[in-house]
Amino acid sequence: MDTQKNEILKKMKSMGVFWALVVLFLVGCIASPQFLKAGNMINVARQISINGIIALAMTFVCLIGGVDLSVGSQVAVYAIIMATMMKNNISPFLAIPAAFATAMLIGFLNGLGVSKGKLAPFIMTLGSMTALRGLAKYISNGSPQSWRNTDINIKFIGQGYVGFIPFPVIIFIILFLAAFYTLKYTSFGRSVYSVGDNKEAARLNGINVPRTQLICFILTAFGSFVSALVLTSKLSSADPTAGDGYELTALSMCYIGGISTMGGVGSITGTLIGACLLTVLSNIMNLVGINSYMQNIVQGLIVIIAVLLGGLGGLKRKKKA
Amino acid sequence: MLRMNHISKEFPGVKALNDVSLTVENGDIMALVGENGAGKSTLMKILSGAYEMDEGELWIDDEKIENPTPAKMIEKGVAVIYQELMLLPHLSVAENIYNGRYPKNKYGKIDYKKMNADAKAVLDKLHLPVDPEEKVVNLSVARRQMVEIGKALSKDAKIIVLDEPTAVLADSELEGLFNLVRALSKEGISFVYISHRLKEVFELCNKVTILKDGCFVESGPVEDYDTDKLVARMVGRVMTDIYPEREHVIGETVLKVENLNREGVLHDISFELHRGEILGFAGLAGAGRTETLRAIIGADPYEKGEITYFGKKVKFGTIKEAVDAGIGMVPEERKLQGLHLKHNMIFNMTLPKLSKYSDKFGTISPKQEKKVADEYVDLLQIRPFNSEIITTNMSGGNQQKVVLAKWLASDCKVLFVDEPTRGVDVGAKREIYEILNSLLKEGLSILMVSSELPELIGTCDRICVMNSGRITGVLERGEFTEEKIMSYATMEV
Ligand SMILES: Nc1ncnc2c1ncn2[C@@H]1O[C@H](COP(=O)(O)OP(=O)(O)OP(=O)(O)O)[C@@H](O)[C@H]1O
Ligand SMILES: [Mg+2]
Repeated sequence: MDTQKNEILKKMKSMGVFWALVVLFLVGCIASPQFLKAGNMINVARQISINGIIALAMTFVCLIGGVDLSVGSQVAVYAIIMATMMKNNISPFLAIPAAFATAMLIGFLNGLGVSKGKLAPFIMTLGSMTALRGLAKYISNGSPQSWRNTDINIKFIGQGYVGFIPFPVIIFIILFLAAFYTLKYTSFGRSVYSVGDNKEAARLNGINVPRTQLICFILTAFGSFVSALVLTSKLSSADPTAGDGYELTALSMCYIGGISTMGGVGSITGTLIGACLLTVLSNIMNLVGINSYMQNIVQGLIVIIAVLLGGLGGLKRKKKA
Repeated sequence: MLRMNHISKEFPGVKALNDVSLTVENGDIMALVGENGAGKSTLMKILSGAYEMDEGELWIDDEKIENPTPAKMIEKGVAVIYQELMLLPHLSVAENIYNGRYPKNKYGKIDYKKMNADAKAVLDKLHLPVDPEEKVVNLSVARRQMVEIGKALSKDAKIIVLDEPTAVLADSELEGLFNLVRALSKEGISFVYISHRLKEVFELCNKVTILKDGCFVESGPVEDYDTDKLVARMVGRVMTDIYPEREHVIGETVLKVENLNREGVLHDISFELHRGEILGFAGLAGAGRTETLRAIIGADPYEKGEITYFGKKVKFGTIKEAVDAGIGMVPEERKLQGLHLKHNMIFNMTLPKLSKYSDKFGTISPKQEKKVADEYVDLLQIRPFNSEIITTNMSGGNQQKVVLAKWLASDCKVLFVDEPTRGVDVGAKREIYEILNSLLKEGLSILMVSSELPELIGTCDRICVMNSGRITGVLERGEFTEEKIMSYATMEV
């Protein structure tokens, strides 16, 4: 019975944000007749995928107690590389792998700075965020890059549908399942939690701490790459200011979803719920015509309130305990 | 005088205390004993105001304390010295003693001169030859403990609680602490003393209170008890010898260490460990025992030396290599090095060898994990009997069992254990020794560092004694005595 009681308590806590989402959904239905329409729902799903892809990867970095501030700049770099190459009539079969290779390299360097260089992730990625934004502008000379060549058609990635489901949503679902599986059922996933909880204990358990850190930063680079690919193919162009603020959106999603800023606890499902919550909120605000400055205020407050509620839940239990 | 009447306390899913009472007169040294998870620490945390009680009353000198908070209890003269020392290592002794209430001059600037002088007076009172300006990191654990007591005294504590103070001390370091406690009790200060080393209870305390499973068992003067009776009341059954018999079938050499050197720490360490053997490492704190283990498994570097493992020359560059080769390490500090406190028992126990619970694609089976974890919970009597408990909510001794279970479940060939039964109750100690015995029989080899001489004498086949980074003597099972070990441990080198 005790076990059951504990189980239920645990569930309730992780469900907190979920219920908030349900409430928000109901609010949406009442506030706007447009909200529940299929077109709008598909739109919301697409939006969740575009922002959520990076949040999925960011979850890993957050779980090891880190943060990757450079994802937004990374998106710009990969998008600019692809667009610039294709503008010069280079086949997407070369341009995409080139961007991919760059992503692996940048992820590796971020990871190396943290794992071997022992830099705080905040500092390492603060540096690379600035440098990479510079790189994107340097390559593009500060101006948007687009291609006219109609032979190059990769629009499907960003705009296509499978049945009625947008292709980015499919990508997001696949990545979500992969992340879910990795965190829950593989030894790498365990290493991530273990490094985030207690590095020294992890080391004494035979876990390769630097490698775990390195891989997590490669994952955020991969997430940024996928996001850049979706973005570029959708617009047939890329802007060196692309991805601005993505890091903050992704982090908000993780923290709203209950990932501890110290690392070690949280789940990818939490991030998914966080992503849904933020996106649905901004969709509703758009539908009822709240102005965008006001939207920012609300979004910021939501992060604070969500984390506060999560923390209060914990506090309350402790006090009662 | 302290009276705690009919205290009850429930955590989600666990009734930690159920109608427990405790009375301590001025000048008493009250032993508080019971198995792991009996509720000793919880009772003391209620006394210090760290936890709220669900029911019960707290009286100090005929004053009923309503809604105790930590600040209020300090003011009433209660000081709890927790098992994990709370000093700030990079501050000086004086700064630690007066932390949070630094003496200030009239401009609000900290008056270091006065602080150091006051601290010196406190230390002198304890006959503690420590410079108040010394950083706490540079003190031995025994000295740090006394500084904690000094801090309590400087706050005019009348009731001092020591929660397993000796778990981190070697036998030879106890005397100083005990003398201090005795002297202070003569001045009317009361002590509550928690320990799993029953010998100390008889040596130091004048009264004893026994808890079991959160319930009050009995309380009385120490003279009414002997070890057997005390153990019987604690575990609820009569227990004869805590060191079980075993057949010593010792095989070939599995680990051979030759002339291991680490600048300033280890000097020419050489020894052999055989299949099915327990080799003990005795010595005072800082003798280099833990450092020897750490150098071998690749946690610390070493300059010179050869290690042969199952006939092959090895040099483990990282701990991972050592773990993959089948060496497990139960570290000294379970909270800092042994456990993932944010996670449950299952996570902790299966971590070193996840491949055991995975299929050929590397997919972990949570069912399989839970099954094995439950087996060990049952085998080691880990409480609460629920492998999904987050380990930070467990009692100290039970946490230690989780760390042990982890390596027992990981099929290692050689196990390094550093203070393996620190904070573990007598009943569970015997269970742990029995499990180690059955593993030894199957061919495991064990290196055991311990500061408890009876434990080394009761379990080891051979004992290496260390002092100042050198092995000063090796004793065979027939010739173990505490005196011999101590004479090697203090031998000039
Ligand atoms: N913060 C907490 N949350 C939930 N359960 C707790 C918490 N603290 C203690 N417990 C539970 O209360 C019970 C009593 O724990 P306590 O720490 O008082 O034991 P103890 O007698 O000090 O044991 P030990 O000798 O092992 O230190 C245990 O079952 C423990 O798991
Ligand atoms: Mg305790």
